[in-house]
This record gives sequence, C-alpha cells and structure tokens, in this order.
Amino acid sequence: MSRFTLIVARDLRLALRRGADSTMVVTFFILIAVLFPLGVGPDTAILARISPGVIWVTALLASMLSLERLFQADFEDGSLDLLVLGSLPLEAVVLAKSLAHWLTTGMLLIVAAPVLALLLNMSAEGLIALVLAMLLGTPSLTLIGAVGAALTVGARRGGALLSLLVLPLYVPVLIFGVGAVDAAISGMAVRPHFLILGALLAGTLVLTPLAGAAALRQAVQ
Amino acid sequence: MSTFAGHGLECARSERIVFAGLDFAVESGAVLILTGPNGVGKSSLLRLMAGLLEPAAGRITWDGAPMADDPEAHGARLDYLGHLDGVKGLLTVAENLRFWTGLGGGRGAPDGAVKGALEATGLVRLADLPCRFLSAGQRRRLALARVIAGTRPLWLLDEPTSGLDHDAVGAFENAVGRHCRSRQGMAVIATHTALSLEGARTLELSPYAEKAREQAAEAAR
Repeated sequence: MSRFTLIVARDLRLALRRGADSTMVVTFFILIAVLFPLGVGPDTAILARISPGVIWVTALLASMLSLERLFQADFEDGSLDLLVLGSLPLEAVVLAKSLAHWLTTGMLLIVAAPVLALLLNMSAEGLIALVLAMLLGTPSLTLIGAVGAALTVGARRGGALLSLLVLPLYVPVLIFGVGAVDAAISGMAVRPHFLILGALLAGTLVLTPLAGAAALRQAVQ
Repeated sequence: MSTFAGHGLECARSERIVFAGLDFAVESGAVLILTGPNGVGKSSLLRLMAGLLEPAAGRITWDGAPMADDPEAHGARLDYLGHLDGVKGLLTVAENLRFWTGLGGGRGAPDGAVKGALEATGLVRLADLPCRFLSAGQRRRLALARVIAGTRPLWLLDEPTSGLDHDAVGAFENAVGRHCRSRQGMAVIATHTALSLEGARTLELSPYAEKAREQAAEAAR
C-alpha cells in the first residue's frame, strides 16, 4: 500500500470503529433540516422555494461539526509530530486526511440530502442538480475546513474559532451550490454553476494542502 | 561513518532563552545521553535535532551539511520518540505498528521487522489487542517498537524508559546496543534513568541553561 492510502485507510478504520462522529454529523443534518417545516409552516410552496438554501446551509454547518477533530486527535496523542517528520510530504498528509474525512462525512450528507429534499417538496430536476452540486461542493468544504482545523490545532475552544474562520470562506460554495439547484428548478442553464463549483474545487485542491501543511508545521513548534 | 553535530545552538521558547552556546557531536555507533534537571531543555534540544523546532541561533549538521538545507532528507534519516506515544486506542497493537512502519521507510519495513520489534518489546501476545486496553508502560513499549522496527540511522528518544518495568528497560538497552553496534546507527537519549549502555557519552545541559540565564541578566542590565 502506498503511504497516501495507508493514511486514508487508517483514518477510515478509525472513523468506522468510532462511528459516533459520522453518525452525529448525519443526525445533525437531518434534525436541523426537519426543524424547518416545523418553524416555517407546512406551506409546500414556501418549503419548495427555500429548500435549496436550507439544505445547503444545513450541510455547511453539519460538515463543520466534526472538523475540529481532524488534526486535534493526532496532535493530542503525538501522531502529528511523527506525521510532520514522516517521509510523506505534509501536504499529501493533509490531502489524505481530508479525503478520509470527506468519505466519512461529506459522502453521507450527499446520501441523506435527496431524502431531505423530498421532505421539503423539492422537484425532481432540483434533486438531481442538488446531488451533483453537492458532489462538487462538499469536497471543497472539507478542504477549506481542513485549513481551519490545522490553524486551530492546539487552541482551546478551537471549535468556535474554527467556525469563525471557515464559515466566511464557505460562502462561494454556498452561493453557487444553491444557484445550481435554483437554476435547475426554474429551467435555466445549470452548467455555469457547476463549472464554478468545479473551479472552486480545483483551486482548493491545490491551495488548501499547502496552507494546511504550513499551519501544521507551526502547530508542532 | 556519519557525524551528526550541532554548533552554538540556542533555543528560545516564547521569548525565553532555554539554553545557549550548546555544541554536540555524535558519530555512527555512538550514544549520547542528555541529562539535567527538569526544564533544562532536554526535550527542546531533541526537537531541535529532529527539526520540529528551529534554533534561535547556531546550526545543526549531518556530515558537515546544514540540516536546514534539506529538512526532508533529515526527517528521512531519523526516528523520533517524544513524550507522547503516537498510539491510537482504537487500533490494535499490530495495526498501530504496521501503520507507522509502513509510513516510515520508502520501501516500508518488512513484516519480519514488525515481528522482531514486537518480540524485542515483549508485545507479541498482545498484538491483536486494541491499544485502549494497554497500560501506560505497554503503550511506551509499543512506541519503542515503532522505533526499533524502523531502519533509520538516527534515534532521538525523549524519556524512552518512562513507565517501563525492569525487564523492559533491559530489553531497551539491548535494542539500542544492537542498533549502534550491528547497524552502525546512533542514538540521542534524554533520560533520568541510569542506563547501562556501552560507550555512551553524557551531555549535561545545566551549564548551557546557566549561560542563557546570564545572557538574559546581562541584556536586562
């Protein structure tokens, strides 16, 4: 096994054995989305109108929930020192850990999202666009979040600080993610939104491992 | 035959100078023991040697070439054991060990090395036990097994015998002996335990800490 897949496999195995983290993220996602019909009222037209925004905002918050632990656990048990010294470049380590995190949270959100969208009376065109937009958008969320997690490693109450750092950076993904679904529902061109989401993913894929690795090197000093 | 040396090293932790003007040299096959009271900078010196910390002044060289020129090459020739064990409670003893050895070498340590390290640290019977059930001493043994299974020439060990019982200390001394004699490796060990290691030199850090205090007092005047 290559060293990259070794790290992905270890984090997947840890997530699988712990279980609680992934379950919590999905449960949070579903619970918050279910609160909206209760708060806004049962008017299906209004629910359909707000459903893209509700699902995306809830997904943003849910994906942030478990980010705090992304590097914190390795920092606390000394693994981070060894990863920094290891023969795999730290940028690749950040990418591997982000991939494992996305597989155990982002993927689950994508599976849960269509069910919630149905609950909120979203149309079939919207559903397909939502899943595709989330496939492109949620990896960016994890990657941006990884930088925030790396910056707040070792900080007390890192979770609150993390959300302050990361949420503003989530805005472009939110805008074009919701935009894609809205465009699909109203029969307009969806392609531009997907292209921008793809561009955001390409950008974060290159930049965030560099920023995350730099932050982790600072953290072990 | 390689030489690992430091010249005029000064270490600062958040403005405070811990030690100053420190020189050291270790050759292949040699052991250097770092001694001194708590807080004198043994762990900091080891982190400097590993490249996890940057010296405030001075330089560290390997065969005359400055370590700062190629930190990745330096990381690839050392194994570091800090205060923390880098052990995941959810993984078994063997899984933890295989992860680190797989990550360590470019080719990955052969299975024989993993088995040998488990035997050397007396963990063979516990190989399939999740690490959260290990005692502190057993976790320390596992951390040592990671170093023993590696193939790097330079060992940097911070309090390696903390929590170890009498037999395990003996096994550890043997492992260091084998590493230095038959593999021509070198080891730098910070410890308060009297270890019986053949031909080990001792570096007492107190004079350098004293020097740092004098410098600080002079600067204040």
